[in-house]
This record gives sequence, structure tokens and C-alpha cells, in this order.
Amino acid sequence: MSEHNIRNFTINFGPQHPAAHGVLRLVLELDGEVVERVDPHIGLLHRGTEKLIEYKTYVQANPYFDRLDYVAPMNQEHAYCLTIEKLLGIQVPRRAQLIRVLFAEIGRLLSHLLNVTTQAMDVGALTPPLWGFEEREKLMIFYERVSGSRLHANYFRPGGVNMDIQPELIDDIEAFCDPFLQVLDDLDTLVMGSRIFKQRNVDIGTITLDDCWTWGFSGPLVRSCGVAWDLRKSQPYECYEEMEFDIPVGLNGDNYDRQVIRMEEMRQSVRIMRQCITKLRAPDGQGPVTTLDGKIAPPSRKDMKRSMEALIHHFKLYTEGFHVPAGEVYAAVEAPKGEFGVYLVSDGTNKAYRCRIRAPGFAHMQGMDFMCRGHMLADVAGVLGSLDIVFGEVDR
Amino acid sequence: MSAELQALSDHIASSLGEAIEDRAIAYDELTIVARREDIVRVATFLRDDPQCRFVCFIDICGADYPARERRFDVVYHFLAPHHNRRIRVKVETDEVTPVASLNGVFAAANWYEREAYDMYGILFTGHPDLRRILTDYGFEGHPLRKDFPMTGYVEVRYDDGQGRVVYEPVKLSQEFRNFDFLSPWEGTDYVLPGDEKAKA
Repeated sequence: MSEHNIRNFTINFGPQHPAAHGVLRLVLELDGEVVERVDPHIGLLHRGTEKLIEYKTYVQANPYFDRLDYVAPMNQEHAYCLTIEKLLGIQVPRRAQLIRVLFAEIGRLLSHLLNVTTQAMDVGALTPPLWGFEEREKLMIFYERVSGSRLHANYFRPGGVNMDIQPELIDDIEAFCDPFLQVLDDLDTLVMGSRIFKQRNVDIGTITLDDCWTWGFSGPLVRSCGVAWDLRKSQPYECYEEMEFDIPVGLNGDNYDRQVIRMEEMRQSVRIMRQCITKLRAPDGQGPVTTLDGKIAPPSRKDMKRSMEALIHHFKLYTEGFHVPAGEVYAAVEAPKGEFGVYLVSDGTNKAYRCRIRAPGFAHMQGMDFMCRGHMLADVAGVLGSLDIVFGEVDR
Repeated sequence: MSAELQALSDHIASSLGEAIEDRAIAYDELTIVARREDIVRVATFLRDDPQCRFVCFIDICGADYPARERRFDVVYHFLAPHHNRRIRVKVETDEVTPVASLNGVFAAANWYEREAYDMYGILFTGHPDLRRILTDYGFEGHPLRKDFPMTGYVEVRYDDGQGRVVYEPVKLSQEFRNFDFLSPWEGTDYVLPGDEKAKA
């Protein structure tokens, strides 16, 4: 064969591929088994969320956020509620803040459990996902008990949360913590200590800190480069200021570091959950779970039946919704996958004029090309897994 | 916080001069409106200036204001992790005037500009690969524009006879209903015939 006959081989990875973590089509240009170029074709799960939100009242738009990163739904709602509260200038009651933090951390566990264990599956192990999903099932039951829904919770509302948390549920979440730490230790020895897992992940998909900033990475990717950048610490929202927790950082910026960070973050999340539980039981942790402004938060069912004013409020809130003063804000939370931000433009009506969703997965997905170059085809699945991609938020 | 932001805002305005058309601090957030021709210079300055150091790329998105002469805003968000600050930069443009691409300043701008092009039809010069990103292959129109209907124009289904996916005009059993909830008692300004002089 003469020299000019040699050309790169192009293959399609997906859109139906178990390691693609959803519907992703990667056009891979290969030189033998070495990846030369990756062209991700995304948008197969595009549902026009931003357009739909423009046609819904503020409360009606809330459930769309569950459907972005459907692995940790409440964390998304959180960012959206924060923007509205910023524009309205309302303070969330302390008990609602504690509940929000508690469930945001449960969301983090849900997301990290899925990611770490499916990463193990991507490189060849089947047991870890089974262990992880057992724990996720318990956490989803907590979701169901607090919001009535396992997945699409619609629980955080502008001004607070939908319903108060039952004392029995607080007890059960506390009882969950200790055995869960044991499961984490088991997973640690099973996955992180595994020779095969290390061979497939150490020094694969290495990034530097400069890469992170210029590519807009956030979350565990930044922390894997040795920077303790976490919005919960650096730009604290809700009551994260008073929580005690550590930020794990990596040194090498590779796949393995990111997974180790996620393992440690789960332990820290349990630590935060414990503190929330203690504070929720303390006297100053009692009180309302939503703002008392009747123009924003709906009245209780009981009030609605007795008070004319509450009935009017209820009717107005569920037909017209509340109006948000004109202005534009950006609020971000440290979602499990990185910085999840919402840029909201309000024109003073009951609907958002523009609601931009800044999803961490979109920026991470874009990094696939430079992270996979020069790696073997088999490492593509490993890099993809370590980025923690969920297509709900990438495609929106 | 806002005094610090004000100082930063003054610093940026004095350093960049006429490239900054407007600046404001609202809700503890700094927004600057930059001249369209200068956006690369502004972004480079914000990234490299030791007092700014907005090295972390956050977001680029479009926004549509059809009533304006230049209907689109391109909104950039940056983060300075060293100073722990955020900034928003806005640039105005229309359907035909391109904005310079930020690809050379932030690598991540690539996909975000593709998305702004896909969703709004905002053009970027110097972009290496300005393809659609989120919509279907062969999609027509720019769905996030305010004049694009929420229900869209076409729907797809798999046709058994032809053995492929076919595109058809949207058929809805019920039109999308958009209720006007703006209260007639506040906000709106009705002029009743013959009543023009009542207020004068």
C-alpha cells in the first residue's frame, strides 16, 4: 500500500451506546486505535427548556429544572429559586434553608453514587453499580417522602420549600448516615483500590488548571487540579457558611483523582447532612418553611378554607402567579457536577423574559476533544465517565 | 461588596475608555455594556489585567429584544477565582452584524457561540466552526427568537411505508393558549375613546 492510501478511520460512537451515558453521538477520527479528533454531536435530548420557561409562570417553570440533571434534581431547582429570591429580595426562613441544604447534599450523593459506580462499569466492573443503586434507592425514597416524587421533586419553591419535613423522616435520614459511610468504605476498597480501575484511570484525561479556567470547567474537574474552589465555601449561599466541611482536592487532574474526590465529597456531604439534622432539631431550627409573604408563597390548605384573603392569594398565585421586579441576575450553586447557574432576565411580569441555564455538563462535554486526543479508543468511555455527563443538562 | 465592585467598575472604565458604553451595579452584580467592535479587547483586558483576572469562562448567551433597533444582546459571564468576583459583559447586535468571536481568548467560547448562533442566529466572525449545535440536522430558523412560535413549525414521525423519519407541518388538536394575566387594574394604560382629555 502506498503512502497516500493511508487515511484516518472515522467511527460513530453512539447515539445508542451504553457508555455514552445518554444520547450522545461522538464522531471519532482514529489513527489505528489512537484518537485523533473527537466531534461530539449533542442536542439529541434538546427539549427547548429555555423557550418553554419563557411561556410559563415562575412557579410553573420550576419542574423543568428537575428534568435537566435528572440525577440530582433539587440542586437545579435551587439555583433557579435563588435567582428569583434575589430579584424579589426575600429572605428564606432558616428552617427552609436547612432543609434545602440537607436535600442538596442528598442530591450530591445521588449524583456521585451514580457517577463513581458507573465509571467502574465503564471500565469493566459490574458489582459497584449494583451497590450504588441500592443506596440511591434509599435516597430516592427520602425524596419521595418529602416531595411525593422519587425523581422530579419540584420541592424547592421560590421563598422556601413546598412542605415541612416530618420528624420521622429526619430520624430515618440520620439512621441512613452511618451504614452509608460503611458502604462508602466498602466501595472505596472495591473500586478505588482495584488494580484494574487504577490502570484504566490513572493518568488518563489529564488536565491542568489553566485548561479548567479557559474551558469553563468547574466542580470536581477544577478540584482535581489542586484548587479548593467550591462555591459552597467561596460564595456561600443559604446556610453553607455555618456548615463545617472540607473540600477534597486532587493533584494530578486525571480521571482517577476526580473519582477519588467524588468519593470524599460524599463523606463530606454526610457530614453536612448530620449538621443539618442537628440544626433542624434545635429550637432555632423550627418555624415556617416558606416565606410568609402571601404574595409569593401559597397559603396552607387549612388557611385557604377559612380565610378569604388566603383564598384570594391561592387563586391568584395558581392562575396569574407572582410578578417579579424587572432586572437581571445570575445565581449559581455548586451542583454535584460543577457550577450550575441561572441567568434570569425579568421584565416585571409573571413570566421570565429570558432564562438562561448555564449547565456544567455543556462546558465539560466540550472538553472531550482535547482530553481524548492521543488516547486509545477504549479510554474515550473512561474520560466521558469521569466528566460526569448527564444529557438532560447538556442538551437542555 | 458594592464599594469594591464600584472601584473595579471605575478601574475598567478608566482603562478601556470609550470601549465601555455603559456600566451598572445591581443586585451586587457588575454589568458592563461594551462596544461591539471592542469585545475581544475588553475580554482580553478582563482576563489579563491584574486587578480583574476574570480568567474563568462561565457563559455566553444571547437575548432577544425585538423592539430595539439592535435586537440582540450577547451576554458574557466571567468569573475571577483569585478575587472571587463575577462580571457580566453585554454587547448589542442585530441579525446581520457579526460579533467578533472570543475563541482566541477563551477556548470554551467555541460551543457557546455555536449555541448563540443556533438559538438566535447571532453571527460571530473568526469562529472556526460556526455550525448548529443543539437543534436537529437541517433545522431551519432560530428557536429562541421571540418571533419563533413555541410550538415550532414542523414535527417528525417515523413513516412505516417510506421506512424513514418524515417532517410534517405541526398539527395540534388544540392551539397553545397563552393567557394574558396582566391585570387590567394595574400596569396597563387603556385609552377609552373620548376619554383622552380626562387626565389632562
